[in-house]
Amino acid sequence: MRAAHFCGSCGKVQPPAPVDYFTFFGLPPKLNLDVAALEKDFYVLSRRLHPDLNATAGSKEQQWSLEQSSMLNDAYRTLRDPIKRTEYLLHLEGVALEEQSKTATEQARATGAIKKQIVPPDLLEEVFELNMELEELRMNRKTGEDDSALVAEIGKQKLVLETKHEALLDELETHWKDWDDLIDRSQAGRAASAEELAQVTGKMVDVLNRRNYIRNLVRDVNAALEE
Amino acid sequence: MKKYFCILSSNFCILTMASDHIVGIDLGTTNSLVAFMQGEAPVVISGDDGLNLLPSVVALDGNNQPVIGNAARNSLIETPERAVYSIKRLMGRGVEDIQDELKLFPFRLAQDLQPGEVLRIKLGDKTFTPPEISALILRQLKRSAERFFGGPVTKAVITVPAYFNDAQRQATKDAGRIAGLEVLRLVNEPTAASLAYGLDQKQNGMVAVYDLGGGTFDISILKLHDGIFEVTATNGDTHLGGDDIDNLLITIALDDIRGDLGLDFRNNDLRRSAETVQAIRKAVIEAKIALSSQPSAKLDIELPGGKRYQREITREQFEQLIQPVIDRTVGPCKQAMKDAGLKPEQIDEVVLVGGSTRIPKVRALVKELFRREPHTDLNPDEVVALGAAVQATILGGGSQATENMLLLDVTPLSLGIEVAGGVTDKIILRNSTIPASATQFYTTQVDGQANVAIHVLQGERELAKDCRSLARFDLKGIPPMAAGIPRVEVKFLIDANGILHVSAREQRSGKEADIQVQPSYGLTDEQVESMILDSFDNAEEDFRRRQLVEARNEAATILSALEKGKKSPAWGQLTTDEKKQIAKMEKALAAVNAEDDYAAIRKAIDALNQGTMRLAELMMDTAVSTALKGKSMDEADLGEGPTAPHPMAKAEFE
Repeated sequence: MRAAHFCGSCGKVQPPAPVDYFTFFGLPPKLNLDVAALEKDFYVLSRRLHPDLNATAGSKEQQWSLEQSSMLNDAYRTLRDPIKRTEYLLHLEGVALEEQSKTATEQARATGAIKKQIVPPDLLEEVFELNMELEELRMNRKTGEDDSALVAEIGKQKLVLETKHEALLDELETHWKDWDDLIDRSQAGRAASAEELAQVTGKMVDVLNRRNYIRNLVRDVNAALEE
Repeated sequence: MKKYFCILSSNFCILTMASDHIVGIDLGTTNSLVAFMQGEAPVVISGDDGLNLLPSVVALDGNNQPVIGNAARNSLIETPERAVYSIKRLMGRGVEDIQDELKLFPFRLAQDLQPGEVLRIKLGDKTFTPPEISALILRQLKRSAERFFGGPVTKAVITVPAYFNDAQRQATKDAGRIAGLEVLRLVNEPTAASLAYGLDQKQNGMVAVYDLGGGTFDISILKLHDGIFEVTATNGDTHLGGDDIDNLLITIALDDIRGDLGLDFRNNDLRRSAETVQAIRKAVIEAKIALSSQPSAKLDIELPGGKRYQREITREQFEQLIQPVIDRTVGPCKQAMKDAGLKPEQIDEVVLVGGSTRIPKVRALVKELFRREPHTDLNPDEVVALGAAVQATILGGGSQATENMLLLDVTPLSLGIEVAGGVTDKIILRNSTIPASATQFYTTQVDGQANVAIHVLQGERELAKDCRSLARFDLKGIPPMAAGIPRVEVKFLIDANGILHVSAREQRSGKEADIQVQPSYGLTDEQVESMILDSFDNAEEDFRRRQLVEARNEAATILSALEKGKKSPAWGQLTTDEKKQIAKMEKALAAVNAEDDYAAIRKAIDALNQGTMRLAELMMDTAVSTALKGKSMDEADLGEGPTAPHPMAKAEFE
């Protein structure tokens, strides 16, 4: 059921209910989501909640309109994006993604601390090779050597990584289905066990971590190529 | 599920009164405008000089009274040390930000400026902050609108460059307050322009707005559908515009003068050099404008010592020269398209805004970037103000023309907080639809710690030192607990103006934490309060006072016209009774004119106007017959016609 955004009798904007983003839109906490329908709902709600359309209301209503529409925008921004949506659901489930996040990586880089980052096993070999090449590229640049062959090779590797990055989204979607099935089952009265849920979220965390790892790697490659 | 009941029974919507006009203001680097919705179409309100554009120039006259607009423009050349232009470049900035501007613009900073203090600019021997100078421009526009409506104007929508940061926006809002205006909304300039365009062309699709003004550049990409104007990406440069082109041309002229003519202003006295530089500036701006329609333009400037500087610039030379400046718009355009996830082919329309888009080379660049002919149907100088008027109507409850129209804008820069190691942790990403919010949790490092310091930043860079510092604040009054136990929830909210609000709550005690946000660049509430030009409550009174002054001026004009009339042959044709009547009314007007009663003065003016109607007619006849006899109108002593409508006014003959 959707959170009550307006007064049932007078239609005025109400204070935002302390609900999650799914409930805000009246959606079940499932990951396969009709983004087109979400967009439509976003526009419908915007037309009623946006501060511009409540600018002649009382000051309390104006404040609520501000809070409601910021929540609407935050919720829409999060749910329309497949990765943000998954991360948000995991956050609701109390699962932390912290170690390999961008923040952690940047923090580690800035402080010079060794990043607590585990290279995904299936990438070990490629990462090792890529790092060697990036090192060589930096050396060459220092001595002013022509390195077009090396740049081409690194570019090729980058493309491989980007393809993998894309493929991981497909992999993530297979876990969405598992998750949504568990939610459907629970709503049908046969509650999923904590282990069952944890198993699915664990797989999603794994995919997201690998994805983050590759994304950071691609960023490093881009930075090295631009130097 | 919680259910909320309506608890607003005593809080009915107060209807906007018909007299409550909300105006739209474009506070530009070079020119400013005020507009409003007349029925279903936005129109620009002209100033008392009859012009739509108010040059954003402020000067102090000999009595230290502020002069704004065209009147101040002369002062730029005659008394440059008492005038200032392009003040928008300094809004919301610190002294360390503006070192580059100081090399190119004749801004004279106060000598006693402390680090971290809001800039103060010297005009004569007085100093003003940038928001105060902007407020003088806003007040001038407010007056034009008040004259137009015949009543006070206290509410406005003001436009800002989309790429303005929090401090620049706050400074603009402060300027509004100082001018006695309640700023209902700050609207991004390219978005406002799209509203003005969207009003007549209600269609769906992706639109790019390329806005190159006097001092700022914005690119915004919008998705239009069924009246919703949704910005999907924006980018820009708040220090790029026509000013930069002028400065290039000025630099070249100065080099020429130094080289060819052997004149070096650095040896001359400051005053004369400033005058000459302003004369050069005026000449190059004229040449720049001419080059948009002509193949070449001439510079011809008189220099101190009687020498002349003459030079011809061809369109080709001009275009080569400005290429590096206009090329700086390419990066932001590409980034905006990337952020919007669009290729140039996917953009349906391109709209040009800002005076600098009149330059053919700029148009060619836009065409190349977006691979289509840009729209130029609306006047690029006025379209932003017109859009602001549309937004003002939407905020005021809407009209038939704005029905279904809604603007969904974005924040141009990512909001971040500084975390360990001087790194920025981004909590609201750029191009997020506003209002937007983010919640962060903080705890303590030491037992009994009562304060936690937070540093808020805006920008895209990874390190805090490379981002713009917005504010530092302390969460105070955290109840004494062991380290790591308090859980302070801090909510960051960017409102629909793009301005940040922060609130905090300690969750374990439920105590509202006290936050004093010290903006890194900006005026405190108290400072703004002390600067207010026309206090909000005095708006009505101020209007009455001005009305009174204007009526007295009108009375004086009529009385002096009557004196002249008495000396004309027409006077002799009046009957004794008529003359007696006029004398009575003249006496009555002179008497009430000494009092403070506007209505009485008005009544006496109208009576005298009515009573002298026949005299005016007779004078007109005399004038016409004199003209027929071969004398010109001017010689036929008609006197200086008053500017207000009056039967004796010259305008009646034309």
